[in-house]
Amino acid sequence: MTATATTPLQGSVTAPVDDRRRRPGRARRRSWPLTVALALCSLTVLAPLYVTLTMAFKTSEQSVEGNAFALPAPFNPASFAEAWQLTRFPVSFSISVGVAALTVALTLLLSSLASYAIVRYWSHRFFRWSFVYLLASMFLPFPVIALTEIKLTALTGLDNPLGVAILHAMFQLAFSVLLFSAYLRSIPVELEESARIDGATTWQVFWRIILPLLGPMIATVGIFAFLASWNDFMLPSMIVSDPTLQVLPVVQNIFQSQFGTNYNVAFASYLMAMAPTIVVYLIAQRWVISGITQGAVKS
Amino acid sequence: MTTTTTAPAAPAARVAAPARRRRHGRPEPIAYLFLVPALLVFTVFVVIPALVGIFYSFTDYVGFGDWSFLGLRNYAALLGDPGIREAYGFTLGFSLVTVVVAQVIALVLAIGLSKRIRFAAGLRAIFVIPMVVSGIVVAYVFNYLFSNTLPAFATAVGFDPLTSSILGNPDLAWLAIVVVSAWQTIPGALLVYTAGLTSIPSDLYEASSLDGAGPWRQFRSITLPLIAGFVLINTILGIKGYLGVYDVIVGLTGGGPGNATSSVAMTIFGGFTGGDYAYQMANATVFFVITVLISVLQLVVSRGRNIRL
Repeated sequence: MTATATTPLQGSVTAPVDDRRRRPGRARRRSWPLTVALALCSLTVLAPLYVTLTMAFKTSEQSVEGNAFALPAPFNPASFAEAWQLTRFPVSFSISVGVAALTVALTLLLSSLASYAIVRYWSHRFFRWSFVYLLASMFLPFPVIALTEIKLTALTGLDNPLGVAILHAMFQLAFSVLLFSAYLRSIPVELEESARIDGATTWQVFWRIILPLLGPMIATVGIFAFLASWNDFMLPSMIVSDPTLQVLPVVQNIFQSQFGTNYNVAFASYLMAMAPTIVVYLIAQRWVISGITQGAVKS
Repeated sequence: MTTTTTAPAAPAARVAAPARRRRHGRPEPIAYLFLVPALLVFTVFVVIPALVGIFYSFTDYVGFGDWSFLGLRNYAALLGDPGIREAYGFTLGFSLVTVVVAQVIALVLAIGLSKRIRFAAGLRAIFVIPMVVSGIVVAYVFNYLFSNTLPAFATAVGFDPLTSSILGNPDLAWLAIVVVSAWQTIPGALLVYTAGLTSIPSDLYEASSLDGAGPWRQFRSITLPLIAGFVLINTILGIKGYLGVYDVIVGLTGGGPGNATSSVAMTIFGGFTGGDYAYQMANATVFFVITVLISVLQLVVSRGRNIRL
């Protein structure tokens, strides 16, 4: 450890990490012990994913043995075909994609327009109070309105994926308006005023000037809306009345009852449900993380 | 691009505000067109259902047909309902434990990742993965691990208390829910703390170590006070999320064994099948008030301690 080189003190195991702060000349040095410690911690994330992956390729005999960490022997990819059929994967996957896409589109449209109006006309009571009105719902958990929501969607014929997308968008609205308006406040009003002098209408100003400037925040709001919608179980399980129209996370529950011991098939299905977002995330990792960070900090 | 436009813009926008107000003495009609659609759908799909629910909580409505006013009788019945009391006790206790566990781990990991280490970006990418996977699916995976792998492992090493699944043990099942909930929510908190840590100027640490401050002292006197606002945001959002816990419990225990891990959200949803609709609406209203009170309490406590948000 670096600390022992200068001070003969024992018990300075945690010190080397901070040493770089003390001696700028050593700033280049990277701490291996800490790297190893963090790598070990990351196993808590990787282990369940590894188990999902290996279980999916096991035979049903091997999958009931309980040793989740053993490699598949023999290698059996047949579980995927069965899981594909049982969950009607193409259907439930498409519905999930549709719901998430619609949620993102609705969220972006409603919240960007509303935020622009709120920020530009902040001096007017109506716009200011609308902001407070929308934001108050940040503290409203879905279970509180779930029962009336089930009745409302059944009554209006929205007890289907469309209704789920609308409600998902509603529950993203407060957070999205908060993010957009925080960002819009930092855009100088002069930018649009010069456009107005040239004769641009409010709509043109919004479409041509504001929206392009909102780019990074659109990505952030979109990522949050997508993840919230794509991964949700509670709302679709309550709202969607026709089981054949269920989203991907909800159809996974068939493995909890009927096919109790076919763990390999269940895990093949879990893997198919998890893999798309993980793969997309790993490809766009830096971008996603900076988007999420921006959102998390602005809130 | 963002930084270059925003940094000098902030003061300019503030200066320009009065001028703008004068120019647009009255908002153009299109401004209302921008805002009203959002207000309208929001009112129809969120505010009205909430108000209707609160209204029915004062009645004996069963979900259909006739109803009559009961006044506060539903609320009085809630107080004397042992099942409800247990659900609140479990949910509050679970939320408190999980928020502490998750925040401590997230902060430790964030500090670790902010140091000069190898593969920092790769490790961070791994730690954030739980954020992009569905909670229910994760809970199903952990369900297998807790009920099959852990007992098999405990039997192999001869550790008696864990040889049977902890999900079937009324005293231990909640631990599994804490583990999986924390697993899922640590990444979000981690990213907030990472952002918080990078906002601390490094010369503060250099100056303090010249004065002889050790790592622990630096953490207590520099790091912690300067990221206090981030801790507050994380705990408020965290507790709000944990109070509504549902997916993870469905995937792990289904509220059992018995009712040992039945959360408030689960008892509310029971109202739709159980026929006590109005009663559970009263429960939902109480739950909402408690959620808001806890958030407000956290804000007030932090204000009192001069933590900037």
